[in-house]
Parts: sequence; C-alpha cells; structure tokens
Amino acid sequence: MKYKDYYRILGVDRDASADEIKRAYRKLARKYHPDVSSEPDAEERFKEVNEAYEVLKDPEKRQAYDNIGRGWQGGEEFTPPPGWEGGFHFHEAAGEAHHFSDFFESLFGHEEFGGFSRRFRDVHARLGISLEEAYHGTSREIALDVPVADERGRLHYQRKTLRVSIPAGVTDGQQIRLAGQGGVGPDGKAGDLYLIVELLPHRLFRVEGRDVWLDLPVAPWELALGAKVKVPTLGGTVELKIPPGTRNGGSLRLRGKGLPGHPPGNQYVRLQVEVPPARTEEQRRAYEQLREAMKDFDPRRGLGG
Amino acid sequence: MAGQEMSKELATGLLDVRVELTLEQISELAHVERSVVIELVQEGALSPRGTSPEEWRFTGPALRRLQRGLRLQRDLGINAAGVALALELLEELDRLRARLRRLEGR
Repeated sequence: MKYKDYYRILGVDRDASADEIKRAYRKLARKYHPDVSSEPDAEERFKEVNEAYEVLKDPEKRQAYDNIGRGWQGGEEFTPPPGWEGGFHFHEAAGEAHHFSDFFESLFGHEEFGGFSRRFRDVHARLGISLEEAYHGTSREIALDVPVADERGRLHYQRKTLRVSIPAGVTDGQQIRLAGQGGVGPDGKAGDLYLIVELLPHRLFRVEGRDVWLDLPVAPWELALGAKVKVPTLGGTVELKIPPGTRNGGSLRLRGKGLPGHPPGNQYVRLQVEVPPARTEEQRRAYEQLREAMKDFDPRRGLGG
Repeated sequence: MAGQEMSKELATGLLDVRVELTLEQISELAHVERSVVIELVQEGALSPRGTSPEEWRFTGPALRRLQRGLRLQRDLGINAAGVALALELLEELDRLRARLRRLEGR
C-alpha cells in the first residue's frame, strides 16, 4: 500500500487553515470534475482530490492522519503502525460511487452505505461504441464493478456482467438506463445503471450529433467538369453526383445518410482536390497545355499584390 | 404502485428526445425533491415542454442534464443559477469540441 500525501494532492501546506483547504479543493474540483474536464486522467485526479479533502476537511480525521503521517513521502510503501485502529466510520462521499484507496481504508475503514444518498446506488459508466455499431445497433456484453452493501452496511465492489442491447441511432452523450442494475443498498434495493454512449473515433468518418462527415479526395477535373463518384457511407457505398464547377473544399449533402433517428442525420461529403503529379513527359505537356488554356487564371488574385 | 412501475418502464433503455418524463418521474429518477427540479427550471437550466409544473414534460437528455447539474451543485458548491450557467457553457464546449474533432480530421 502506498502512503498518500493529502497535503500535496491539494497543494497546500501542512499548517493550512480550513479555509485554505476548502479553497484549494474547490479549485481542483473545478479543474478535474469529470463533468467539466477534458483531461484524460480527470476522473482519477478527481477521486484523489476528493479523498484528500474528505480527510483534511474533517478536524478529527486530519488529526489522525497527521499523527501517523509525519515522515512519510507520497507514494512510499506504507504499513499502518501497530495497534492502529482508525476507529472511524465512513459515512458520506462527495463524489459518486468512488472507490477510495486502500491507504484511506486502512486508516478510516470501509466506506459505508448507510449514510449514502439513494443517488449513490445509481452507477454511471461510459460505453465506447464504434460508429458502425451506432448505425446498425448491436448487442454488447459489458463487465463493471458495482458497489454492494452487506447487511452491516459495509461497502464492497462486485463484478457484474450484463448483455446490453444498443439500439440503432445512438448519438454521443446519450444515456441508456438499465433499471435496477446499479449498486445495492443494505436494504437489498438496487439503484439504476446508466451507460453513457461515447462514439469512438472512426478511420474515415467524423460525427457531429447525427450528421456524419467525410473528406473525399477528388481530381481537379472531377470538380471542374462534374463526375459521378462512389462514396462510402455507414449504410454502404452510394453514388454521388458532383456538379460541374464545384468549389474545392465545398461540401455536398447526402440526405438521410447519417446516423438513423427522428429525423435521421445527413452525411456531408467535403471535396478535397488532390493535385496529380506530373511524372511523365506526356503528363508535363498536359499541364503546360492547361497553363496556356488557363492564362487568365490567377490563384492569388485575392491577395492584391 | 402500478403507475410508478409504468413510469419506470418508460425511461428504461435509450433516453433520447422521444422519452417524456413528468416532473414526478424525473425527480424520482434523479433522487431529488421536486422543488430542486422546479428551481432549476426557474433558473432556465431545464426547459420542459408545457406551462405549469403538472403539465411539464422533460425529454430523455434532460435527465442527463439534471444529473450533471446536481453533481456540479454538490461537488462545486454552486447554486441553481450557477448550475444553469455551467451547463450552458459545458454544452457549448461539447459542441465546439465535436466541431474541432471534425475539422482537425484524423
């Protein structure tokens, strides 16, 4: 078990006042709150910050922590001193369903369910799914740890495996609620499980709401003269008509080819010219002829120079 | 109560915009008093359809908004007006991040 330096986690001195500790906590909570932060380790940091605050905001816990704490460094291997019986019961959590560290538990005992709000029984978990799965719908087996209180109110975490059907047309950030599949209180009543859909990045497509975006490479003459080209969509390949004189970087809409829904999204195809290299003598000549024929074309006319 | 069982059925599965929740149902799902939800509606953090609290209908995504707002309220010590502002800014941020991902491409 590793010793945790709660003062360092909150970035305060060992003699910091209660006000200073609260200020430091609020600041870090705003920074790492999982609902606010986009930092990849936000959730871990938020738990750590909450655990530190849980101890340092309570004068008795802080005192107990200070008594054992002198001389330890954060991360150092820690064994509770002989005879140490924290004598604490842990009754409330600031965050939702968090697991405090072994270090915390060795000092202050197990988390207890008794004081937790009913909200604590609800478990929120992210579910990463591919765009193809979102488009077609799928059935997925998921495994997660849910808090379960025993008859004495002590909290344990239990592995739970579930098969979840994901309907076609889910979008990023949507929730799927599974009634009664969350944590279990000492009264045996279970909370709900909420799965938050997180669409995983795709090799070709980008998503915004229900709309799907694709960058489509095209040849210069396909834009200038128009063309019919094959375009991948989530539902399969379709034919797209590029009208003559289409602007490079412009987008064409494939109505209803985005994620299904009410209404379904569109697919937008952004056209990106690829300039063919002149490799052979014949190709060079073709470019030279183009230059002659396009004498009045000045790509830099907008620059004023 | 049969009615309550029904209400739970309604909100099981995908919580999309077709889901309709009454004030009673959304409060129950989020485990808060109705007055907490009413205050958040008054501050504009939630915008149900309907005029009076009895007629209010919340969509599925409103439940996530409410849960998110309640976590912010609890963990950051902000009031209902602050929650409304935070939620608006966070949703704007979500939209901008999605757009940025799209524009930055691969």
